[in-house]
Amino acid sequence: MREILMILLGAVLINNFVLIKFMGICPFLGVSKKLDSAVGMSVAVIFVMTIATAVTYPIYTYLLYPNFAYLQTLVFILVIAALVQLVEIVLKKYIPALHATLGVYLPLITTNCAVLGVTILNIDEGYTYFQSIINSIGAGVGFLVAMVLFNGVRQRIEGNDIPKTFQGLPSTLIAASIVSLAFMGFSGVVEGLFG
Amino acid sequence: MSKLKIILNGIIKENPTLVLVLGTCPTLAVTTLAVNGLGMGLTAMLVLIGSNVVISLLKNIIPDKVRIPAYIVVIAAFVTVIGFLVQAYFPDIYNALGIFLPLITVNCIILGRAEMFANKNTVLDSLCDGIGMGLGFTLALVVIGSVREIFGMGTWFGITLTANLFDSMTIFSLAPGGFFVFGCVIALTNKLTKGRVLKNHQEGGCAGCPAAASCAALHGGESQCVKAGEKEE
Repeated sequence: MREILMILLGAVLINNFVLIKFMGICPFLGVSKKLDSAVGMSVAVIFVMTIATAVTYPIYTYLLYPNFAYLQTLVFILVIAALVQLVEIVLKKYIPALHATLGVYLPLITTNCAVLGVTILNIDEGYTYFQSIINSIGAGVGFLVAMVLFNGVRQRIEGNDIPKTFQGLPSTLIAASIVSLAFMGFSGVVEGLFG
Repeated sequence: MSKLKIILNGIIKENPTLVLVLGTCPTLAVTTLAVNGLGMGLTAMLVLIGSNVVISLLKNIIPDKVRIPAYIVVIAAFVTVIGFLVQAYFPDIYNALGIFLPLITVNCIILGRAEMFANKNTVLDSLCDGIGMGLGFTLALVVIGSVREIFGMGTWFGITLTANLFDSMTIFSLAPGGFFVFGCVIALTNKLTKGRVLKNHQEGGCAGCPAAASCAALHGGESQCVKAGEKEE
C-alpha cells in the first residue's frame, strides 16, 4: 500500500509529467485556456494512458521481450493509435454521453508524447503490471492537476497589459515557469511522508 | 523555389521551434546542456531527412485515408534505426536524451513536415526541407541550451566560462528555467522578426500539421481542438 501511494503521489506531484518531465507540453499550452476543455482533455488523457499501459505492458513483456525489444517504439505507437480509434468507436456506440464529452479530444491524444512516454517509462523503470497502471493513472492525474492550475493562472494573465513582444506564447511560457517552480517545492515531500 | 531557399526557409523564416513553435517537449527537456541540444537537434534532423525522403517517394502509393498511420510507421522505423546508431557511437548523448529519443516519433515537427511538405513535393525538395528544418531545430536547441548552460552551470559546451568566480544559477538547469528561457527566446525572435511569431500564431502556422489540433491550439485559439470544444458547448 505504501509503495503504491509513493508511486501515485510521486507521479502526480514530484515528477509531474508536464511541469517537471516536459511531456505533453503542446496540449498543456494549447488547451488550457478554458477550464472545461482543460478538464475534458485531461480526463481523456488519464483514460487513454491507463488503457494504453494495460495493453502495451503485456505486449512488451510476453511478445517483444527479449527478442524483439527493438520494435518497442514502433509497436507501442501503433498500438496506441489503434487503441484510440477503438476506444472512440466503442464509446460512440455504447456510451454516447461520454463520447460527446471526450470524443473531440481522443484523436489529439495519439500524437501526445505523454502517452507514448508513460508506456515506455513504465518498461524502463521495471515496474510490475499493477505498479505500471498506478503510475499511468498518477501521470494522468498529474496532467489534470497541472492543466487546471495553469488554467487559473492563464485567466489572470488574460486581461493584463503585457509588452507587445511578450504577448501570447512568451508570457504563457514564463507563467508556466513560475507554476513549475511551485511544483519543485514538492520534491522530498513523499519521502518525508513515507520515509 | 530554389533548393537553397527551401533550406534557408527552415532555418530562419519558418524556424520550426521559434516561429512555428512545434516540438516543444524536446526543446524544453533536453536543453540543459548545449551539447545535448546539439545531439537532439542532429538526431531529429536525421530522422526528418529520412522520413521526408521516404514519404516523398511513397506519396503516390500511400492511400490518402491511412496516410497518418503510414507516416508514423515510417518515422518510428527511422527513430529506431537512428536510436541504435546514437547508442552505438554517442553513448553519452544517448543517455542524456533518454526517453526523449524514442519520443522523436511523436515530435510534431516530423509528422508536420511529412503532412505539409513531403507528400506534396519532389524527393529532392523534401530532402532540402528536411535539412533546413533540421538545422533550424538544431540551431534553436543549441541557442536555448547555451543560455541554460551558461547561466545554470557557468560553462558552454563543457568549457568553464565564469572561472568559478561566482555561483551559477542552478534554477536555469531545472524545469522552470527551461520554460523561462524558451519564453524569452521566443519573445526575442518576436522582436527581431517584428512579430512574425505572433502573426503566424494568429494565422494558425501549423494548421496543416496532423497534430495541429493539439499543439497548434496555442495559435490564438484558432485550432480545430478549441473550435471542437466550442462547438460542443
